[in-house]
Amino acid sequence: MNTMRKIFDKSSFLVPLVAIILGLICGALAMLAGGYDPWMAYTALVKKLFGSPYDIGEAIRAITPLIFTGIAVAFAFRTGLFNIGADGQFLMGMTGATIVGVTLDLPWYIHAPLAIIVGGLFGGLWAALAGYLKAARGVNEVISSIMLNWIALFLSNYIVGTYLVMEGQQKSKPVHESALVSIKWLSESMGNARMHWGTLIALIGVVVFYVILWRTKKGYELRAVGLNPNAALYAGMNVNRTIITSMFISGVFAGLGGVFEILGVFGYQTVMAASWGYGFDGIAVALLGGNTPIGVFLGAVLFGGLSYGSAGMSFGANVPPEIVRIVIGSIIFFVASHGLVKFFLKPFMARRSNKGKSEGGSAL
Amino acid sequence: MNALDTIGQLISITLVFSTALIFTGLGGVFSERSGVVNIGLEGLMIAGAFGAAVFTDQAIQGGMKHGAPWIGLLAGLVLGLVVSLLHAVATITFKADQTIVGVVINILAAGLAIYLTKSLYEGSGQTPTLEYVFNPVAIPGLSDIPLLGKGIFTAYPTTYIVIGVVILSYIVLYRTTFGLRLRAVGEHPSSADTVGISVTKYRYIGVMLSGALAGLGGATIALTTTSNFAHNTISGQGFIAIAAVIFGKWNPLGVAGAAIFFGMAQALRNWAQLFEWSHHIPNEFFYMLPYLLTLLVLAGAVGRSAAPGALGEPYDPAKR
Repeated sequence: MNTMRKIFDKSSFLVPLVAIILGLICGALAMLAGGYDPWMAYTALVKKLFGSPYDIGEAIRAITPLIFTGIAVAFAFRTGLFNIGADGQFLMGMTGATIVGVTLDLPWYIHAPLAIIVGGLFGGLWAALAGYLKAARGVNEVISSIMLNWIALFLSNYIVGTYLVMEGQQKSKPVHESALVSIKWLSESMGNARMHWGTLIALIGVVVFYVILWRTKKGYELRAVGLNPNAALYAGMNVNRTIITSMFISGVFAGLGGVFEILGVFGYQTVMAASWGYGFDGIAVALLGGNTPIGVFLGAVLFGGLSYGSAGMSFGANVPPEIVRIVIGSIIFFVASHGLVKFFLKPFMARRSNKGKSEGGSAL
Repeated sequence: MNALDTIGQLISITLVFSTALIFTGLGGVFSERSGVVNIGLEGLMIAGAFGAAVFTDQAIQGGMKHGAPWIGLLAGLVLGLVVSLLHAVATITFKADQTIVGVVINILAAGLAIYLTKSLYEGSGQTPTLEYVFNPVAIPGLSDIPLLGKGIFTAYPTTYIVIGVVILSYIVLYRTTFGLRLRAVGEHPSSADTVGISVTKYRYIGVMLSGALAGLGGATIALTTTSNFAHNTISGQGFIAIAAVIFGKWNPLGVAGAAIFFGMAQALRNWAQLFEWSHHIPNEFFYMLPYLLTLLVLAGAVGRSAAPGALGEPYDPAKR
């Protein structure tokens, strides 16, 4: 009983939970204001999510890139950097994988790994560019990576639309079979949901995220710089190099997210008017997960699930799927302003502790 | 088409794009000078553009004609201000991380604006095209100046307003007690607090001004450039405005200059399409141009600009 109370008193656990509930309430209020039925909408969301093996498989597909961008953003946060550029790194990862997948013809055991590595490197180097600009020129990484997001979008479109394009269409030629990483037997048993090995690699990525930061010397340095760059500098650490390294690793994670969208899900890359926004969702995922490995994983499951289920809301209850963005935005808002959440919780907490006291008193 | 005509055209397109950036950039100045980072300018612009389009549309349906865009402009200001209050409450009163709240403002504003647009206009992701928006007004006399007069002095009313706001902002920040206090709160909040200046009050004002001005910026785009509101009406201008704040070293005049520079980068994209030679250059490179230039400028000759001393730190009197 006591240990239970300890767990629930831990605000690190309670705040995200309350934030999720408040976020869903905000979404419901917005729906009421728009004249929709929130109960019907949320039911439609859950139904869509668990409706069939196909839906479960597709939800897992939607969650996978969010795990990647979530750990990417969380990794940078841990080292004191705000990688708002995961979106661009994701795009560069996609582009790298598409280039290798379309232009080269290799046996599968070389082709797929090569496409993955090149895509990861594309993402990593794109992020390292922002890291370099911060380390060498003092450019705020938030601004530079936002600019790099746009540049990545147009650069990817240019590469796809000019060098890899399928005649007469706004997309690339298909990636060669040998570079694809889909899991055929699993897809077939799940109603042709697009299952791929990237999901497994995302889970490995979560472990790698933990191992690098908490089980290596380099990770110790990265976190030290994140906690207090001045102290780290005084202790003899090369802060500037650490910034670039951290951005590179973060970018590799984000890039891999993009890689598997190409090699595992679509098999081609389209010319896009706007990015899919997985990088920005990654920020939400990282924040909700408190930048911890398990937290990021759970955050990705929540947001991926909500986003996938939102399609059900528009079909089932005729609610614009953007409502999910409002829910997600509100959730991060409440996580970020935990002072506000604690303010809401205070009356409940106080009542409980008073109760505890009075009960204790009566026992005596 | 002679050379001076085309330069005049470039100037007039530049002014259109710059106006919104200047409004928003000035907003950024007030917020950041008071010590609050505002990454949410993009979202505030979205709120402004949405408000402007919807209220102008309503006013037109209510029978108004050329007055309608003025209602829209006001609505954009108010909506930006309301959304910025969320930022203020979270970051100032509850000491939430300013950057994160800014990101939230961007996500929420984008989601809400499209959601409401779809709810209001039966599932359509954009407002109808507005019949009455702002039209360029020629200043008699000045616009008749040969050569460049037409390019500079035939502009939208919002452009004339923004020139006034730039000058006013400069005077307010550097020539009034209010401005001195606002800057003090951003530079050294504990000292300001010691002499009896309310850090909370001035930061609230700073953030709310940023909301109102960014709202005007968004409204400007809806009422002069796009004539409606859609998901892509605001696409990155808020972030470019942040870059302009840094490039302009947190000074209204500098920020206006930087915004004109970035406005020209955007204008070049449209302007170049008028010429035959531009068809040999891939479109994507023109789209990239404003962002690439922003990056190069920030990395290049500007050097490290000094941000307000207490930028980004919530003020906690207990730590004084």
